[in-house]
Amino acid sequence: MSDATAFVSTDAAGNPIFHDASGDHHPENGTLLGFWLYLMSDCLIFASLFAVYGVLGHSYAAGPTGADLFDLKLVAVNTSMLLLSSITYGFAMIAMQKRRVAPVQFWLAITGLFGMAFVGLELYEFHHLIHEGAGPQRSAFLSSFFALVGTHGLHVTFGIVWLVTLMAQVGKFGLTAENQRRLMCLSMFWHFLDVIWIGVFTFVYLMGVLP
Amino acid sequence: MSQPAHDHSHDHHDDAHGSMQGYVIGFVLSVILTAIPFWLVMEKVISSSAMTVFVVLSIAAVQIVVHMIFFLHMNSKSEGGWTMLALIFTVVLLVIMLAGSLWVMNHLNTNMMPMSAHDMSNMP
Repeated sequence: MSDATAFVSTDAAGNPIFHDASGDHHPENGTLLGFWLYLMSDCLIFASLFAVYGVLGHSYAAGPTGADLFDLKLVAVNTSMLLLSSITYGFAMIAMQKRRVAPVQFWLAITGLFGMAFVGLELYEFHHLIHEGAGPQRSAFLSSFFALVGTHGLHVTFGIVWLVTLMAQVGKFGLTAENQRRLMCLSMFWHFLDVIWIGVFTFVYLMGVLP
Repeated sequence: MSQPAHDHSHDHHDDAHGSMQGYVIGFVLSVILTAIPFWLVMEKVISSSAMTVFVVLSIAAVQIVVHMIFFLHMNSKSEGGWTMLALIFTVVLLVIMLAGSLWVMNHLNTNMMPMSAHDMSNMP
């Protein structure tokens, strides 16, 4: 098992111990890079959903168009919910740097509330659309709309589940190294969803209502 | 089997979490870059739709970069440059996927749409 860069010895119990003699640099935290790669692959899922929406977004099947359906005021409120949740998560990360549990929990809770408000408003919008007969089965435009926006909403929903889980973890075990790593991963996930939402409100809602 | 020498403590890359100033700058920029496109579209400031689309898309691109820098703390040095490399690779795939799909499907659409009798009579 030994090569030019690794030396092996055994401890008292006979287990091998591997020494990294050359001190080659591993990434400082492999988890964060791995999670970033996951986010990039998630980005490709959204890219294909955006492409589908781009292709089908004008196939109204004689049904309602974006201009008929979208309520930009609601979308603006929704967007601000997500943006506010981004900065409150940032505050939680700053509190984490200072190793202060109570502010971390407080800002995580606020972030979760903003996230829930976002999901709630989106569910209200979906309910309203389906109630009006503009459900996903109405036209290709609406199918692709629900697929894209719904996938984003599901991501936010699972982000909230993750956030609540981490609040319980931090409450029980404090800001251990593991919990800090988890909080950093969720931070990337949460901000990434905000980036996707920029694409959604621009490409779907704003461009959808333009004549 | 611990190797204290290689246990990277979490303390010496704290700057990766960002600073209060960074978050606030990012937030203010994001609010501005969100408000402008909504205002442009809701108040119909620019009469030409194509021009509005162009401006709105450009602002969205700028806002994405703002989020990447201030919220996701992207830079060319984190993780030895691998995050940036992965991002560039993803952007390349993304452009191919989006531009390719729209281009190909648009062509197919134009050629495959049910045509009126008038169109048919003009066919070669």
